[in-house]
Formats: sequence, structure tokens, C-alpha cells
Amino acid sequence: MNKIPNRAAICEVLMEQAKTDKDIVVLCSDSRGSASLTPFANAYPKQFVEVGIAEQNLVSISAGLARTGKKVFCASPASFLSTRSYEQAKVDVAYSNTNVKLIGISGGISYGALGMSHHSAQDIAAMSAIPNMRVYLPSDRHQTRKLVEALLQDEQGAYIRVGRNPVEDIYTEESCPFVMDKATVLAEGTDVLLVACGEMVRPALEAARLLKNDDVSAAVLDMYCVKPLDTETLLQYAEQVKAVVTVEEHAPTGGLGSMVSQVVAANCPKKCVNLALPDAPVITGTSQEVFDYYGLNAEGIAKKAAEVLHG
Amino acid sequence: MNYKAFSYDLRKDVLDMIVSGKGGHIGGDMSIMDTLITLYFRQMNISPENQNDPDRDYLIMSKGHCVEALYAVLAAKGFFPIEQVISEFSHFGSKFIGHPNNKLPGIEMNSGSLGHGLPVSVGIALGNRMDGRNNRTYVVMGDGELAEGSVWEGAMAASMYKLDNLCAVVDRNRLQISGGTEEVMAHDDLHERFCAFGWNVIDVADGNDSDQLNAAFEQAKTVRGRPTVVIANTVKGCGSPVMENKAAWHHHVPTQAEYDQIIADFAERKEAALHE
Repeated sequence: MNKIPNRAAICEVLMEQAKTDKDIVVLCSDSRGSASLTPFANAYPKQFVEVGIAEQNLVSISAGLARTGKKVFCASPASFLSTRSYEQAKVDVAYSNTNVKLIGISGGISYGALGMSHHSAQDIAAMSAIPNMRVYLPSDRHQTRKLVEALLQDEQGAYIRVGRNPVEDIYTEESCPFVMDKATVLAEGTDVLLVACGEMVRPALEAARLLKNDDVSAAVLDMYCVKPLDTETLLQYAEQVKAVVTVEEHAPTGGLGSMVSQVVAANCPKKCVNLALPDAPVITGTSQEVFDYYGLNAEGIAKKAAEVLHG
Repeated sequence: MNYKAFSYDLRKDVLDMIVSGKGGHIGGDMSIMDTLITLYFRQMNISPENQNDPDRDYLIMSKGHCVEALYAVLAAKGFFPIEQVISEFSHFGSKFIGHPNNKLPGIEMNSGSLGHGLPVSVGIALGNRMDGRNNRTYVVMGDGELAEGSVWEGAMAASMYKLDNLCAVVDRNRLQISGGTEEVMAHDDLHERFCAFGWNVIDVADGNDSDQLNAAFEQAKTVRGRPTVVIANTVKGCGSPVMENKAAWHHHVPTQAEYDQIIADFAERKEAALHE
């Protein structure tokens, strides 16, 4: 089992690049430990800014730094970053077109038992609704690394959500196919298409294996780029199958499922079912307990896919 | 240069914009005009030629609704023709919209929602200091705006980071859309409040007097280790008794009769300024 969370992969890349790129600046809101950014703060104190527990300040200061040519990464729990500082993300980052990468850590229900205040089940919907804001949910540490390397090459704002806990690898250091803003095809299939992002990619891939045992052929897309959604790959695969199932660690409205359904409905209408968290505060428990309860695991996804195909 | 006389020319530009666009925030435009003239014509190293130079001085118009005053000053600096602003302001498809937008030359950041400018300016001042630059960052806020909590997050950070390259201006005209600031959300302890946040505070008795403002900005430049706030005690609607100190003129569009009277008042005051 991999022990390195995706957030640590972000720190690794930033530390490597900061050796030679003095314009990289990292900001935290009393969140350097949670963000795994303490090593960066210690190694590059002149390129690190602590703003205290003030997420609005975090994002506005980041935007100001970017205006002076800095390549800014600001990290804060996704629950606060995507809602407390939503307007700063909208006006100071997206509308003012500043090069700020907003890193939402401990995303989704990573904080498990801490309750709805600490869950970010609205962040995809909220951030995706902002013009000029991109939204990424990488699935494992290898893809996270590739994503951050790619984001360092551009000058546009983006929101990146990662979870708190280490997740099992999907890719390997040697084999992590990655093209910016293109979904990664994890399995080919002709009966059902599973589209997932973030931590739901792993169970979706396992669900495809379970379905194969029942002679159901499932294609799997790792749609880490929720916005801009890779509609080309999505439609290429959606056209080949009888139904589409989306899986996400997010509220049922406005997330990956809504976006995929929109595209499928407009271009190749067919049954499209969205698996997500409920439109309610989630049950108390660890992430895995919560996922299991709502059927957001391999068995639950496979069961739903079979129902959609045969029901 | 006679800055007072000059201000009436730019006030007329603002009036014409608002009549052309059938909207705008005339009261605050008139109160902040002398601050903007002083900064752009007497203090800041900024022009169309050096607008992308990293060593330029920065200004963030946090009270973005008073963009008409900023347009008038930027046009006078040569960033765009004033005739174009007046004819297109707020018209369908215009790039001269009712709040600052950085797709236009001379505008650093988009604003409009209040309380963003100070924290953004903290970032700019910090970035410039990281690069060892000696330029200055100015941010213009309204007094009503100070009820936004994010202003005080920025105030804390500016002080913590010892940003002596940052200077804020509060347009203390004592009126906001619903009435007097002291009735809406009181700020009479503003001086003490900024002091408590660790700022150097300069009160300007007449914030519509360019010489007084200029002296304050000069003094601010001598202070080390602390940001400065200039509290400019201004008159909302400054320039004509028709609109002075009247909350209703926060965003009133003048009638033809009011327009004629205001133009006559501007002309009279400009004439007086030329003979002072």
C-alpha cells in the first residue's frame, strides 16, 4: 500500500522546481502541515508566505503576488478555500486573470468524522462555475506530480483538489501517461463507460475488473481534468457503450456527473447515471466507511453499472 | 501646475461619462478625484510607456465603483482618449465598464466587490519587496468599505510583514449609499483602529486639497517598517453644492438642469482656483 499522499507529491515537485525558479511562491493559511508543505517552508523561507487563518487574505495576497510575476501556489483545506474565499477566487484570480494555483487539500470527505463544515462536497460545482477557472482532481501521486509539473508551465489560475489520505497507486513512476487536459483511458470497454475523478478513479477501475468477471465490458476514464472537461475522449468512448456511469466524491449536483451528463445528452443521448455523495450532511465515519455506506466503492459501482445495463 | 483648477476639468469629464452612460457613482468620484490626481500626477512612477515595467508604482482602486474618476485621470495620463471613454462608458459592448478591468491599459486588477484591494495590494507590495524593488503600492478604499472583514485581514498582514512600501488611502467622505457612515457602521475611531493594527496613520484635514495630500504621501515615504494609511477627510460630491454631502448623489444621474448648474459651479470654482 502506498504511504505517500497526493499532497506530498505537490510539495516534492515544488521543492525540486524552486531550486532554480525563484519566482515560485507558496502560501498557507496555518495549513502548512496539513498541506505537507512544511519541508518547502523550511527549505525556502524566502519563497514561503504564512497568512494565518484567513483564507480570503490567502487568495487575495496570492493574486497580488502573481500580479508582480510570481508563480503562486496557495494551499488551504478545500472546504474553506472553495467557499470562504470563493469571491477572491472569482474576482482576484479568475476575473483578474492572475497566475494563482489554488490547492484544495483534504478535499471531499477526507476529514471524515469532522462533519460538514470540513467537507468540500461543493467545490467542483462552485469552482467550475467561474469563467477562466480550471478544475483538476488528480487520482494518485504520480498523476498529481505530472499535473503540478504541467501547471508550472502555464500562467492561468486553477483549482486543484487532493485528498488527505494516501491512495493506492493507479500509475507507476515509469508509466503514468499524462496529457494536459486530456482524460487518461484506464480500460477499454463496449458495454458501459465508467467516468471518475480523484479518489473515485481507483474503485471505478476495480469495478471494471469485477464487471469483467460477469462478462460486462467496462471502459474507464480518469477524468482528472473536470474543467476543461475532455469532451472529445468522453464522446469517443460514450458512443461505443450502452450506458455511462459517473463516480465522484462530491454532491450530486454540479459536479463531474452533471457535466458528463450534459455533454452525453447533447451529443450521443443514452442512459447516464451519476454516483455521488448525497445532498445531505454525510454520515459520520472514516472516508472508507462513508464511501462504503453510499456505495462509492468497487462493489457499489459494479452493482450500479450492472443495474443500469440490465435493469 | 494648478492641480485644483485641473481637477475641475477632470470632474467635468466624470460628469459627461455619467450622463453618457446613464449611471455611475458620482459622489465618490468627486471625493476621490484629488487623491487620484495627486498620486498619478505628483507621486507615482507610472505612464503608458512604463505600464509593464516591473519597477512601476502600482495603484489598486479598491473602491472600484468610482472607476469614472480613475478613467478621467488615466485618460489625462494618456492611457486612452477621454473622448472615447465619454462616448462609450457603460454602453453596450463597451470595454469601459462600471468597474475597473485590467484588460484596459493602466488598470492592474479588476475590482468592484469591496474589501479586496488591501489584501491584493499586500501581495503586490510583498512581491516587489521579494524582488528588491524600490517602487510603491497604493490602494484606494472607501470609508463604507471598511466594514468588510477582509480589509482587516489585509491590515493585519501588511503590519506583520512590515510593508513600508505600501500606502493605503481612505476616502473619508462620511457617506455611503444608505446614509451617514456613523449611522450605518461607525468608523470614527479609524485613526486609533489603524494605529492598533500597527500602521502609521496620517490624517489629512482637507482630502480635496492636493497640496495637503501630497505632503502626506511624502511623509509616508519616510516611514520605515510600517505601512501607512492616509485618512483623507473629503467631501462627497465635491465640486458643486448641488451634490455636496448628499447621500442621494452616491449614484444619482444628473438631470439637464442639475448638469447645467454643476457645470457652472465647476467653471466658477476653477476660475477662483486660477486666481488663488
